[in-house]
Amino acid sequence: MKIGVIRFPGTNCDRDVAKAIELAGMTPEYIWWSEEKLTDFDGIVIPGGFSYGDYLRAGAMASITPVIDGIKELVKEEKPVLGICNGAQILGEIGLVPGIFITNEYPKFNCEWVDLKVATSRTPFTKAFKTNQTISLPIAHAEGRFYTENMDLLKDQDQIVLQFEGKNPNGSMEAITSVCDESGLVCAMMPHPERACEKLFGSDDGLNFFKGFL
Amino acid sequence: MLFDIEVKISLKSGMLNPEATTIERSLELLGYDVENMKTVEILKFQMEGEDKEAIRENVVDMCERLLCNPVIHDYEINVIPQDMA
Repeated sequence: MKIGVIRFPGTNCDRDVAKAIELAGMTPEYIWWSEEKLTDFDGIVIPGGFSYGDYLRAGAMASITPVIDGIKELVKEEKPVLGICNGAQILGEIGLVPGIFITNEYPKFNCEWVDLKVATSRTPFTKAFKTNQTISLPIAHAEGRFYTENMDLLKDQDQIVLQFEGKNPNGSMEAITSVCDESGLVCAMMPHPERACEKLFGSDDGLNFFKGFL
Repeated sequence: MLFDIEVKISLKSGMLNPEATTIERSLELLGYDVENMKTVEILKFQMEGEDKEAIRENVVDMCERLLCNPVIHDYEINVIPQDMA
């Protein structure tokens, strides 16, 4: 299994993600933003960071690069795509997942461990969990407040993947911090599963998200 | 002809604007009483062309594809021929 790890200028969670993919038993390969042909890959992770310095809006510039066309082709072939943090913002900007992630209610960079409710286990990334199970992952963002104009549709189509539990640290609508497309194969999440892949770091709940590619 | 272009990007009305709220709070600290603070982003650039309307259509396209996110933003475009500026 070969999983592509997309790199833009400003991506900074790429190596952590590659390590997590290895821990999950697969082979990571870095892909530069100008690459368009991704047909060799079994799945894609868009890691976190600050692509293009977050200019205009987080994820805006990355969303119009050639690698995105390659990702859209893979989505048509029903290959799984996971966007983490800045990767989630990029998926929102492209429109591959519903809604977008905008400036936190309290507009500060917020870095902490949070409890999360798994709202659906139908995606490959959450299939190892039970629906409504609580897991623990770190967040690290200033622009992660989820906003959508189509909340009813999101609920009807079971597209809410993760919700904050106990508190809502960024003011997201209905405390949502991860959503998927209709198929469930494209998933955008603000928390960082790659930072919770070994017990030594406090939790290995994150590893299951990467095992989801298998 | 050279045109000066100005694009004003603002959050749709009713949307939470944390930057504006923070500025408002800071002004309060200085003793000023202000309400309904909004922040607007202005992009300025130039384009060469003959027809003002054609330029405007181009800029609308830019706004829809990159400069704005139609889910949260409103935008206002000004196209000014440079000799009139």
